[in-house]
Amino acid sequence: MDFVSTFLNVEVILRVYPMLLKGIGNTVALASATIVGGGVAGVLICLVRLYAPKVFRGLAIAYIDLFRAIPILVLLVIIYYALPFVGIRLNAFMAATLALGLVFSSFTAEVFRAGIQAIPRGQTEAAAALGLSFPVTIWRIVLPQAFRIAIPPHTSNAVAIAKDTSLASVVAMPDLLKQATDAQALTANPSPLIAAAIMYLIVLLPAVRLVSYLEERFRNDGKAA
Amino acid sequence: MNDRSAQARGRTAPAAQDDAVIRISGLNKWYGAYHALRDIDLTVRKGERIVICGPSGSGKSTLVRCINALETHQGGTIDVVGTRLTDDLKDVGRIRTEVGMCFQQFNLFPHLTVLENCTLAPRWTRRQSKRDAEAEAMHFLNKVRIPDQANKYPGQLSGGQQQRVAIARALCMKPRIMLFDEPTSALDPEMIKEVLDTMVELARDGMTMLCVTHEMGFARKVADRVIFMDAGAIVEESDPETFFSAARNARTRQFLSQVLGH
Ligand SMILES: Nc1ncnc2c1ncn2[C@@H]1O[C@H](COP(=O)(O)OP(=O)(O)O)[C@@H](O)[C@H]1O
Ligand SMILES: [Mg+2]
Repeated sequence: MDFVSTFLNVEVILRVYPMLLKGIGNTVALASATIVGGGVAGVLICLVRLYAPKVFRGLAIAYIDLFRAIPILVLLVIIYYALPFVGIRLNAFMAATLALGLVFSSFTAEVFRAGIQAIPRGQTEAAAALGLSFPVTIWRIVLPQAFRIAIPPHTSNAVAIAKDTSLASVVAMPDLLKQATDAQALTANPSPLIAAAIMYLIVLLPAVRLVSYLEERFRNDGKAA
Repeated sequence: MNDRSAQARGRTAPAAQDDAVIRISGLNKWYGAYHALRDIDLTVRKGERIVICGPSGSGKSTLVRCINALETHQGGTIDVVGTRLTDDLKDVGRIRTEVGMCFQQFNLFPHLTVLENCTLAPRWTRRQSKRDAEAEAMHFLNKVRIPDQANKYPGQLSGGQQQRVAIARALCMKPRIMLFDEPTSALDPEMIKEVLDTMVELARDGMTMLCVTHEMGFARKVADRVIFMDAGAIVEESDPETFFSAARNARTRQFLSQVLGH
């Protein structure tokens, strides 16, 4: 057996190509749901963490610390295999979205907290002096400026969580990795794994580039402002 | 020249009591254990221009920031255009729409254009339409002489231009009172004049103004009263002529000799 027919067997890859395509579709869907859901939740939790009454602030801190500390795989396994014992039964996609989303929201909350705290106090004072209400100040003054500061680290976290979607294969979610290992078993050939790795790279390499670009661009922006 | 500007001001006899737009009485303020304002009494009548000066840390900023509730106070009362300042957010909101403020650091919103800086508050708090708000913003940008910068971002403007935008932004809310907290202290010398000129014009239009500033030329020219603060208290309060020529308080005279350089 030569190298090409073992690892880059075109015939095998063509045969399992639809499986892999379905896998990357699921992976992208999982990543998108996590990043959108976890991102929005993270911003809200960040606002609770900074502005809510003391009790809620404490709860937000506990939430953020908990989900930043717990390994995603442990969380995922608990949600998928332990929650059914209390009657909560989630399918693989829901369980994976929830686990990844909880973790991503806590990282998002921290990144936005740093962004909000980097905004000069004069900004909210000027808004207050103009008579702007608290929600308008947050929506039109604080968040847009925090967003600019938070975008590079936030994108970096998004790429990291997108990579962690492969953990979902553990709970039999048909993501790209699961589809690839299934295809490997089916064809008794590792080429689908290589093909999957390449598909991951096709999606994630530009994302990594984007992170670098944003970090560079916003660093220069910060200096100018 | 002093005499002429005094005439131009047309200082009138003390107006009736209910002319008061700001009435501060027995105001006390602490930062923790630090007593920042001590028994401040101050009444400002409609159209009056008051200059507040005093050494750094004497409580000038704290005093003007109490008026629009950027700082809370612990003792005494503040009434602004008939509204007693309480913890009630409605009262605070009402007072803030009547009182405009300009800061030393301008505090323009860097992510919004000059025009958007000016229209944001009227659109959200006065529920003005975009078109009306923009038309009014252009009117005030014309007044501060920078209509051509309307679509630029604050970071693209000089300090003097930014402060004039800040003045226009405050005016767009049609305030009855304007507070200035050292509006020219962060400016390069060549830009101070353009901002002071704008403030002089505002004074000519009859705006009620409280200005924390060490620009004594400005005080001479427009102030009806000059207030000198030291260690959180008002220690001297008089018309500019008396203030500059015959200050009673030794601390005031020492301060004057420093800022006037003789
Ligand atoms: N947020 C604050 N916390 C504690 N102390 C403050 C705060 N703001 C001002 N101070 C103190 O109050 C005093 C008066 O400050 P300020 O009103 O800013 O003086 P001025 O404007 O006359 O220079 C100063 O001693 C200052 O250190
Ligand atoms: Mg000050």
